[in-house]
Amino acid sequence: MRAALGQAIWQVSTPATHPDGTPYRSIGMKDLKKLCQGRGLSGRDGQIAALEAGVVPERYARNVRVYSLEEQVALLRSSVCVVGMGGLGGTVVEVLARLGVGTLLLVDGDIFDESNLNRQFLSQEQALGKPKVQEAATRVGAVNSSVVVHVHQCYLNEDNTLSILGDADVAIDCLGGLKDRFVLEGATKQAGCPLVSAAVAGLSGHVTTIFPSDPGLQVIYGDPLSLPTQGAESSLGCLPQITTLLAALECSEATRILLKKRPLLRHQLMVIDLDDMGAEVLDLQRG
Amino acid sequence: MVAHIELKLFASLKAYLPQEAERFPITSGESVEALIKRLGIPLDDVKLIFIDGIRADISSVLWGGERVGVFPPVGGG
Repeated sequence: MRAALGQAIWQVSTPATHPDGTPYRSIGMKDLKKLCQGRGLSGRDGQIAALEAGVVPERYARNVRVYSLEEQVALLRSSVCVVGMGGLGGTVVEVLARLGVGTLLLVDGDIFDESNLNRQFLSQEQALGKPKVQEAATRVGAVNSSVVVHVHQCYLNEDNTLSILGDADVAIDCLGGLKDRFVLEGATKQAGCPLVSAAVAGLSGHVTTIFPSDPGLQVIYGDPLSLPTQGAESSLGCLPQITTLLAALECSEATRILLKKRPLLRHQLMVIDLDDMGAEVLDLQRG
Repeated sequence: MVAHIELKLFASLKAYLPQEAERFPITSGESVEALIKRLGIPLDDVKLIFIDGIRADISSVLWGGERVGVFPPVGGG
C-alpha cells in the first residue's frame, strides 16, 4: 500500500527546478491532500510518503537544499514541546510549523493582553483576551495544516509537566519569568528530553542547550530557591527584535538536535546584546 | 599596581557602566567582588560573571588585560 501510494504521488508529481536550475519532482498541497483523503491518511503522513518517494512537497522546496529529503522526513516525524506562547514562543511555533516539524505540543495558560502586542507575533488587536495557546494552534493550522498540534491550556507545575512533555524529542523553553523554567527543566531531565532555553531583557538576551545530564539552569541563575520571580525584564521590558532573534536561535539549535547533529550551545551560553550588536558564545564550564 | 580591564555590563546592569568601561582601571589582584562593589552594583543583582569568555565567580581575581562580563538574571520571553 505504501509502495502504491508512493507510485500514485510520483504519477501526480511534476518536474520542477530549484532557482539555480537543479531539477526535482514536486507535488502541490492540493494534489497531495486529495491523494491522502482518498486513502484516509493525514496530511503529515502524505508529506512523509511523498518525500520517501523522492517527491518534494512544494511547500518544503526551499528547505530541501539545506536539509535532505530524509532530514525533512525526520523533522516531520519529530515532536517538539514549546512552553510559553509569548514573544519567544510565538516565533518558535511559526518557524517550526514552516520547517515542517510534524508534531507540536503547545503549552500556556495565559491570555493575550495589550502589553503583548509589542513583541508577541501571535497577539493581535482582535485576539486580546483570547487564550494564547488557542491562537497558536489556529496559526499553525493556517500556516501548515499537516502539523499535528496538541494544546495544553495550563501553566506548568510539578504535577503536570512530565505528562505534557510525553515523548517529545526536544522541549523549548519560551517562558517568561525565572522560576517556572526550573519546573520545566526538572521534568525534561526526568523525561530524558533535551531542552533549549532562551531569555531576554531589554535589547539583550541569551540562549543555551541543556541535556538531561547537564547541570543546566542553575549554572546561569544560581539556586532557584533564592531567585526573584522575575529578572531584569521587570525593569527593562522586552523588545521584539531581540525576542524574535533568540526565538530563531532556539529553533536552529532544536532543529540540530532533532536531526541528530551536534548541538552547538551545550555548556555554552550565546549572548546577544543589540545595544552594541555584540554576539558572543560564552563557556559555562568554570575556568 | 594599576591595571586595566575591558568591562561589559548587561541588561539592567548597564545603568552602572562607568565611562571608561573599555579600559577600566583596577588594582592588579582585585577580586571581581571588590570590582562589583566599587561599581555600586548590588551583589544580589549579579548572577553570572565571565572572564575572557569563561564562567568565573565573584571570588575570581583580576590582574589586568581581562575582558569581564557581568549579568543580572534575565528571564523575559
